Amino acid sequence: MDPVILSRWQFAITTVYHFFFVPLTLGLGWFVAIMETIYVRTGNEAYKRVAKFWGKLFLINFAMGVVTGIVLEFQFGMNWSEFSRYVGDIFGAPLAIEALLAFFLESTFLGIWIFGWDRLSKGLHALTIWMVVIGSNLSALWILIANAWMQHPVGYVINEFSGRAELVDFAALIFNPKAWLFFWHTISAGFATAAFFVLGISAYHLVREKGSEVFRRSFHMAAVIGIVAAIMVGVAGHFQGLYLLEVQPMAAVASEAHYDTSDPAPFSLVAIFDSTGKREIWSLQIPKMLSMLYYLKPEGEIPGINQIQAEYVAKFGPGDYVPLVALAYWTFRIMVGIGLLMIALGIFALFMIMKNWPEKWARWLKWLVWVIPLPYIANTAGWILTETGRQPWIVHGLLKTENAMSTNLSAGTVLFTLIGFTLIYAVLMMVDIYLLSKYAKAGMETAAYEPTNPVSPMD
Amino acid sequence: MELQTVWFLLITILFTGFFILEGFDYGVGILLPFLGKSDKERRMIINAIGPFWDGNEVWIITAGGAIFAAFPEWYATLFSGFYLALALMLFALIIRGVGFEFRSNEVKPLWRKTWDWLIFTGSLIPALLWGVAMANLLKGLPIDENFTFVGTFWDLLNPYSLISGLAFLSLFILHGAIFLSLKVEGDVSDRAISTAKRLWGPALVWVLVAGGIGLFGTDMVDRLGILSGIFPLVAGLGILAAGWNIGKRQFGSAFIGTVIGIAFSTITLFRGLFPRVMVSSLDPDWSLTITNASSSDYTLKVMTIVALIFVPLVLLYQSWSYWTFRKRIREDTPLEY
Repeated sequence: MDPVILSRWQFAITTVYHFFFVPLTLGLGWFVAIMETIYVRTGNEAYKRVAKFWGKLFLINFAMGVVTGIVLEFQFGMNWSEFSRYVGDIFGAPLAIEALLAFFLESTFLGIWIFGWDRLSKGLHALTIWMVVIGSNLSALWILIANAWMQHPVGYVINEFSGRAELVDFAALIFNPKAWLFFWHTISAGFATAAFFVLGISAYHLVREKGSEVFRRSFHMAAVIGIVAAIMVGVAGHFQGLYLLEVQPMAAVASEAHYDTSDPAPFSLVAIFDSTGKREIWSLQIPKMLSMLYYLKPEGEIPGINQIQAEYVAKFGPGDYVPLVALAYWTFRIMVGIGLLMIALGIFALFMIMKNWPEKWARWLKWLVWVIPLPYIANTAGWILTETGRQPWIVHGLLKTENAMSTNLSAGTVLFTLIGFTLIYAVLMMVDIYLLSKYAKAGMETAAYEPTNPVSPMD
Repeated sequence: MELQTVWFLLITILFTGFFILEGFDYGVGILLPFLGKSDKERRMIINAIGPFWDGNEVWIITAGGAIFAAFPEWYATLFSGFYLALALMLFALIIRGVGFEFRSNEVKPLWRKTWDWLIFTGSLIPALLWGVAMANLLKGLPIDENFTFVGTFWDLLNPYSLISGLAFLSLFILHGAIFLSLKVEGDVSDRAISTAKRLWGPALVWVLVAGGIGLFGTDMVDRLGILSGIFPLVAGLGILAAGWNIGKRQFGSAFIGTVIGIAFSTITLFRGLFPRVMVSSLDPDWSLTITNASSSDYTLKVMTIVALIFVPLVLLYQSWSYWTFRKRIREDTPLEY
């Protein structure tokens, strides 16, 4: 087996896995912080219980995010050392800054938050969870600055002597439009993920205990945030699409399976691909719709995969510059489809609230717990689209993935660690879901923050 | 001072801080199944490092980030060269990290016991591996002219690196025992004290042996002269002072002793390296140095400014965290983990 393929699988599995936990951390942190702030402001103990209930789920999730995050920082060097040599001068900086600004902040203050309920004043304690929120959101920003540079390299020169990319404009690196579009999209997705998490769990409890005031409030807040966030994800996504067409046209048109330059361009609604995943066999198209989506009018040229391929061969030399179109195409549709479904579900939830929980709709409520996985699927699809849509490049236009791997690793070595990570992650996923559902089901009263402490079971 | 030197120093400080702080976390994790006789005691032990362990671990993540940003070639060779060792370390850190959070979330004794031993294993492996890894940087590894590690996992295991691993391990356990004697009340504290009494001797021996091989088994004395022996000697004196103070029941002073022991063990290694960052055993010209592994001046300048602003802030709020949780864990302290 090819060690590059194995390393890509390992990176994909560890990254996608890590990103199961990150969006919930990003969004749920705000939720907990807002609840605790209301508690501080009003002195209403109910809000303290709400903050602790969601806080408990936040912590279980956060722990998984932290331990899987370290793996990523190490892997750039472990599996992708040629990449690290080539881009380290630029790429290392946001990573180091992320650790210094964000990781220290979130982990130190989370420790204080967990253990500080009785040791700090109420206001100071609420401040610590805000520090955690700032830390985790800053962390997202800096890692996205790093990733954005791989998608759209800016502020660099190629050093003729060493042959590597070197930073010449730090401001350009930070203010890379790609990074901020990513950030907007990702943070919104984090809010949406948390909102549907809260919505689903609150619905679960409201089915069982109709009068639960705290879960009604959580449900209400989650419905509003969920709709707004899902729309924001979409709006950010639209602008990302426009920018993608400008700086990474191949990835943009691959996600639409648009093979030939045309004006106006048709939109493919459903497509079937051959076994290579790169050529289309059949496609159901809506005329002019792709131009409409990009330019908001029924005209405008959209370049095709074939033309961009020819252009890249002329620019970068012979090679296959077409990513796995089928994957880009379907992950894009899954992501957008789920996004639209989430907006619809959010509107349904708001309808429930505004109609004052009509009895004949109540049976639908229990199904809302199953909306929790939706944003997770969409988030994963989004990253698969982003990372595979960039292929064959690891840094767009500068370095190919096949040239980025550590040269000293054999397929067997990588296979060994790939299996190791996969097994550990599979077991931990079961444990994580078990604990989350246990505490989610337990509800406000029983899910005391302090874990139950039996009489020394080990004696 | 050149910026490369500044960053070498900063990375030395990050590693030193990491070993001092995470050192007692590892030690506490290793001692957990032995010093905690009941579930309550084990929870008290975990809660003693509860507020700190995650913040402590960030020191190494930052050190890794700093190496990546300031010396990308070092980062690339180090992480790819130590591939299997680091994968093993990551497995350990993963189960240990979630172990702290998950352990007390379920009451079944088997669940808790399993996590206790996972925390033990997840603390033991990195404690040992850090010593092995650090010693190999100094001893030299098969690195070719392209800065590529051309050896195998077994090249990392040699008498010097294994003894250094044992030195780190025993030092961290001692450090953790003294930490527990300061942070927990009651029987756990007494057991921690008797552990520390038995451990300081072996820790001293291993650190001095590792230091001796470091001086004479590598090129350290040849390059820096016999006076460079002062670093491992001070480390040894720190541990000796720790042992002395344990006998006098001055555990605060004993803790300072192990802090000195860990700090000077780390400084020994980095002083021996400088100005190299990884030594090639194949050809001295192929060693990675702060010059040939470094980032551009521009990147170093930017990163220096960032570090100057944020390192003091981090130190400030981490100190506040330790101040907030300065009290001992007692029988009636509310336990979160």
